Amino acid sequence: MLPLSVVLLSAVQLPPAGLRAPAPPVDFAREVAPLLADRCFACHGPDEAAREAGLRLDRREDALMPAESGRRAVVPGAAADSALVARIEHPSARQRMPPPSSGKELSAAERATLARWIDEGARWSSHWAWTAPEAAAAPEVRDAAWCREPLDRFVLAGLEAAGLAPSPEADPITLVRRATLTLTGLPPTPDEVDRFVADVAREAAARAADGPAGGAARPDAYDRLLERLFASPAYGERAALPWLDAARYADSNGFQQDGDTQQWVWRDWLVQALNDDVPLDRLATLMLAGDLLPAADARAAQEQQVATAFLRLHLLNGEGGSIAEEQRNVIVFDRVDAFATTFLGLTAACAQCHDHKFDPLTQREYYALFDYFNRVPESGRPDTGGAYRLAEPFITVPSNADRVLLAQAEGALDAAEAALTQQLAAPGLLAAEADWAARTLADARRLSLGPWEAAAPIPATSFDGAYATAWEAAKGWAPRPELVDGAVHRLTGEATAFFFRRALQVEPGPGSASEAGVTLHFGSDDGLRVWLDGALVLEDKASRAAAPDQARVSVTLAPGAHTLVVLIANGGGPGGLWFEARVAGLPVQDAAELAGALPSDLPSDLPRDLPNDIAGEAGARSPETAARLRAAFLAAAPPTEVAAALAARDTRRAELEALRATLPRVMVMSDARPRETHVLSRGNYEAPLEAVTAGTPAFLPPQPPDARGDRLGLARWLVSAENPLFARVMVNHAWQLVFGAGLVKTAEDFGAQGAAPSHPELLDTLAVSLRAGGWSAKELHRTLVASATFRQSSRLTGERGARLMALDPENRLLARGARRRLPAMLLRDVALAASGLLVRELGGPPVYPYQPPGIWDGLAITKEREFTYPQSSGAALYRRSLYTFWRRTVAPGNMFDASQRQACKVRASVTSTPLHALTMLNDPTWVEAARALAQAAMHREAGLGAQVEFAFRRVVARGPAPDERDVLTRGFMRAHERFAADAAAAEALLSVGESARDVALDSAAHAALTVVCLTIFNLDEALTCE
Amino acid sequence: MRMTRRALLGQTGAGLGLAALAGLLQDDGFGRDVGVQQGQQGALAPQGPHFPPRAKRVVVLWQGGGPSHVDLFDPKPGLEALRMTELPESVRRRARLSTMTSGQGSYPILPAIRPFQRYGESGMELSTLLPSIGGVADHLCLVRSLHTEAVNHAPGVTLWLTGSQLPGRPSLGAWAVYGLGSLSQDLPAFVVMTSSDQDRTCGQLFYDHYWGAGFLPSKHQGVRLRASGDPILYLADPPGLSRELRRGALDDLAALNQRHLDAFGDPEIATRMAQYELAFQMQASVPDLLDLSRESASTLAMYGPDVQREGSYARNCLMARRLLERGVRFVQLMHSGWDQHRNLMTQLEVQCRDTDQPSAALVADLAQRGLLDDTIVLWGGEFGRTSFVQGDISRLDGHGRDHLGSCFSMWLAGGGFRGGHVHGASDDFAYHPAEGALHVHDLQATLLHQLGFDHKRLTWRHQGRDFRLTDVHGEVARGLLA
Repeated sequence: MLPLSVVLLSAVQLPPAGLRAPAPPVDFAREVAPLLADRCFACHGPDEAAREAGLRLDRREDALMPAESGRRAVVPGAAADSALVARIEHPSARQRMPPPSSGKELSAAERATLARWIDEGARWSSHWAWTAPEAAAAPEVRDAAWCREPLDRFVLAGLEAAGLAPSPEADPITLVRRATLTLTGLPPTPDEVDRFVADVAREAAARAADGPAGGAARPDAYDRLLERLFASPAYGERAALPWLDAARYADSNGFQQDGDTQQWVWRDWLVQALNDDVPLDRLATLMLAGDLLPAADARAAQEQQVATAFLRLHLLNGEGGSIAEEQRNVIVFDRVDAFATTFLGLTAACAQCHDHKFDPLTQREYYALFDYFNRVPESGRPDTGGAYRLAEPFITVPSNADRVLLAQAEGALDAAEAALTQQLAAPGLLAAEADWAARTLADARRLSLGPWEAAAPIPATSFDGAYATAWEAAKGWAPRPELVDGAVHRLTGEATAFFFRRALQVEPGPGSASEAGVTLHFGSDDGLRVWLDGALVLEDKASRAAAPDQARVSVTLAPGAHTLVVLIANGGGPGGLWFEARVAGLPVQDAAELAGALPSDLPSDLPRDLPNDIAGEAGARSPETAARLRAAFLAAAPPTEVAAALAARDTRRAELEALRATLPRVMVMSDARPRETHVLSRGNYEAPLEAVTAGTPAFLPPQPPDARGDRLGLARWLVSAENPLFARVMVNHAWQLVFGAGLVKTAEDFGAQGAAPSHPELLDTLAVSLRAGGWSAKELHRTLVASATFRQSSRLTGERGARLMALDPENRLLARGARRRLPAMLLRDVALAASGLLVRELGGPPVYPYQPPGIWDGLAITKEREFTYPQSSGAALYRRSLYTFWRRTVAPGNMFDASQRQACKVRASVTSTPLHALTMLNDPTWVEAARALAQAAMHREAGLGAQVEFAFRRVVARGPAPDERDVLTRGFMRAHERFAADAAAAEALLSVGESARDVALDSAAHAALTVVCLTIFNLDEALTCE
Repeated sequence: MRMTRRALLGQTGAGLGLAALAGLLQDDGFGRDVGVQQGQQGALAPQGPHFPPRAKRVVVLWQGGGPSHVDLFDPKPGLEALRMTELPESVRRRARLSTMTSGQGSYPILPAIRPFQRYGESGMELSTLLPSIGGVADHLCLVRSLHTEAVNHAPGVTLWLTGSQLPGRPSLGAWAVYGLGSLSQDLPAFVVMTSSDQDRTCGQLFYDHYWGAGFLPSKHQGVRLRASGDPILYLADPPGLSRELRRGALDDLAALNQRHLDAFGDPEIATRMAQYELAFQMQASVPDLLDLSRESASTLAMYGPDVQREGSYARNCLMARRLLERGVRFVQLMHSGWDQHRNLMTQLEVQCRDTDQPSAALVADLAQRGLLDDTIVLWGGEFGRTSFVQGDISRLDGHGRDHLGSCFSMWLAGGGFRGGHVHGASDDFAYHPAEGALHVHDLQATLLHQLGFDHKRLTWRHQGRDFRLTDVHGEVARGLLA
């Protein structure tokens, strides 16, 4: 394949016709393959089902065979005999190929190319991306001294072939800003700029003194700058952003109820891994199969599981009527797509319904990939309710800080348990228990309950009416012995009053203890009223399902007979009753049973200090009975010291539980539920065809025969030396991060429909050295950023600018530096950093910075959960944008052009609209940053000119030119005049944002400088990495 | 595409000259793409129609939740005799149900809860719950034979509004403005408003992807016009910053950017300068848009008393007309409130009262201003509802109907659709189309056709494939067209 420069060369530098040398032979890969793929493969490509006329053009052997018509589409060396040429040149629109209705007509030049290619022998070569990359020798160039990194020779060779020279190196200030923004997403501080500029000047002076011989001394100032940037934790935060888009990372599920998730633990893992420069082959293996890798210890195993959350960042639909199996299949499709797009640069999703039309991926092979991801023990729906809606499998993942807190809490609980044990072993406790037991159980034995009776249900017109029914209205009492205590009994009848009554008998007690205490416990559906001997003792107008112990009342009963009447008023649906009478927390029956376990001849006036022999009798109880009695005693009448120890233990236990409840739960991968995978007809989960097992596509190198048939096998195949795609795709992602566009512009598609690489040999050479060098992403980024190519000025002025714009508007040849607007996430980071507001804290749960009021109001129409934006306060307002809570259904309002985080995306789109301008002019984020920047300038500098210069440098690194300073100074004067006359306006502007302001500053001046700083933040230069 | 300093400042200082500015933007005046997308020849310009369009504008009156075609649009007098008898299993079996009733043991038939009557010269049969819509029946093209495979809300709405049940594709409005560009310089081409039933009984949420750009450049996404706070996010200047100061600051910004443009020569800088000017203009044009003081009393009365309440469906209908007459291409009203599983008897009437008069008023208002001819009005939701009862029939607020994707109704007006026309018919149980079956993709294809596009050719290359609204489906339903 020829590089782009050759195309441009031929376009730009064609010699006069008379002198023209014979045209070089047609290049199949560059000139023919894209035509066949785009215009022909839809009907004559790999997709067998869609193939027309028995003609297949993606493989030479097929194309040379006679088609169904008996004619040969391609006769090598004889275009005139080839049906393909006859059909593309056919005068009749009905016969001509491609059919005009397809909108894919061939131009005359394209038709001529195809004919000439056949005349030249119709040589095929396989698609560039399916064959392994090979390192190319660095090409010869005229201006070798320009080159700093091996890659520069490839770029320069292209430029020289096109008759272009590289742009001069950008000035040091532009360079330090460009490198810092590219690698950390933050602007350099003025100090960092000064240091770098001085460093460069010092080196230049030293070089001048040493003469030309010492000129190449390394490392130079720039290399030292890069070293510092790569060591900054901000590098991982910056490098993570494209991964988050690829992983469709979000903090919620993205469908109805849009439950929150805690996948941010994966985001933190990712940032750390990038900062640690985990080799890319290992990084990919961890994301795909960390759960299947051996682990050094439990901590490492858990971290490896967390890495696989990459495959669990799909949408989740918890809608009431959603069909779980359908949703589960959607999730697996998403996994295949995320895997293939991110790591292979393959558009596999096309093969979900049919063989891929352009690339040699069959539908069967698609489902063989599907099988790898089809073993997760998941239902397809969230398994937890509430604000966090997670789907199995998930794991609880304490952070390091959490682990410290957990250990503390567990230690405290252990200590409290020990103290309690000590109290429980104290002498005298058993005697106290026996004393209490004897008294209490005597009470219980004095109490007896008759069977329930029920009156005929009394219908009413409403719940209110049923609830208000007087008990005197109850008639037709009948015994209901089946209404046993401690169970929910269902009642039928809506808007109905149900009356129950029951006799309570209290025997006279010994001595003066004549009254017995009892607590009546109820559950009811819905409302409840209780009368004892005709007096109302309990009311609970609730609407609910019946459950144990929803309401209770304690009463003291004199010896004799008593009558209990209960009203259950049911509103709608079934009604219900639950009842228990308890003495000292024990159900009466239990209490009586326990009483039976005590010696029956206990004296009725037990001495305070029970003799040891009775304790011995107590020892004869069964362990269960003893434990129950002990629990009841400790609940009802614990001695003071024991009560304190109990309370302390309960507090510690509650604290530990509360801490555990805050620990994030992360959805991860597991192969615990293997399923039989089928080809699905047109991707329909209800239409399975033949069964398939895991495997990789045949057009790519095979797995070794002993390969594992699971995700780990897939990951090992992906990163193997034979795989032609992975290394190229990783190089391309890095190139895209550094230069704005990839060497393969279609980062998501390395297939036949994707763009050919602009510098194929360069792509391959970098891919080979990435692998040979141990897959270091930092080294890959370093070589790109250190290159002379990267260091070029991005100016497009003068005749050269006009020529470059005409010749290469997209800068594919890289004759100039890449100039591009920063993503919105970084625009916010830049404003926070320049203003000094930025809080540099790594990782943790997502935060909720400023969003417009009602940002989630589209969701607030449900009553199922609260959807008010829980805006943070304090430091959490000023964290980097990657920590901003990302609700999948409603993206943050100020993150324009951001990926929607619904499907895997590996290439950003950039647009420019008035809405973006409004955001940066009016969002409190930027207004507050402007105020803070103005304040910092006023603190640091005395004169207006110096203050303007300070603010300008904080944002764009360079100082303003005199005329720029004049414009801004005039702007200040204009604003100052206004604010001096209108103090309220100044106060209003300065009140934007939560951060404290220095009220000692003159508010008119502060407000006016705020306006100037806001202008600086909105400079095109400030929005741009140039 | 160089913009000279004088050209820019000459225009902006006077706050005029938007047309001239638009010329600098290369495309449709509201935003542009940066860089050239792979495989998108001419991506910097709107695609332009494939043939002369019949309609220039669209307003979608989205009725979220699934309005009951059984009760509102599709009379089946024969069901009265079958009241509370079982829906034949042979009918039911052929359609998917949501899991809310797929396990129900019994499927008793519930005929329409209110009578139908004939409306207009065409004699179109509609529920007596919709007297105002009946009043414009002769403008309506009613489709009684739609079907969708979705049986749940979010996938159903996503299919209708983006062509796929899964989020991630461009919305109908995004495709339309990608194809047609904008008629307005200072308003977004695609505007969205939301409202819900006042009791919030429905619980249907509105997600950004219902008006998203998917993989199209994000400038094509719908912009929400909000009822509270800033009508458009970040529209208001910060407190204390007067218009004059803002103007002055923007002039400073333009001067500095112009200087940088001279030094760097990147045409993106000129684009950015123009966008800032348009932003300033928008800050003036939106308040004018929202100012209803010059609407006549009779117009306001047409939309009903609810028009006075911000954020109401009625107010949004009136705003829709104002947007359309200012050149907004695509207006999408998202209203929720039709998901009556258990409260059909109590809520259907409330929903109809809230939406009937304003919906009809919009049609009539567009007609009286001569806008209806080239504006498509679409009224409907993601699916219909079952003719069998869900829940406890003995309780007035305990029963209703479940979702039904296999058959439902919608209506269109204007934009070249046949007025006073009923297309298609359902079977005796309003359960499956019996004639003239139309899939959601067919109606989508028809909408694009009226806008001048062959739905098979309005595409965007993404992940190696030319995507379109209708996926690989859709036939233009010529029977709906005048």
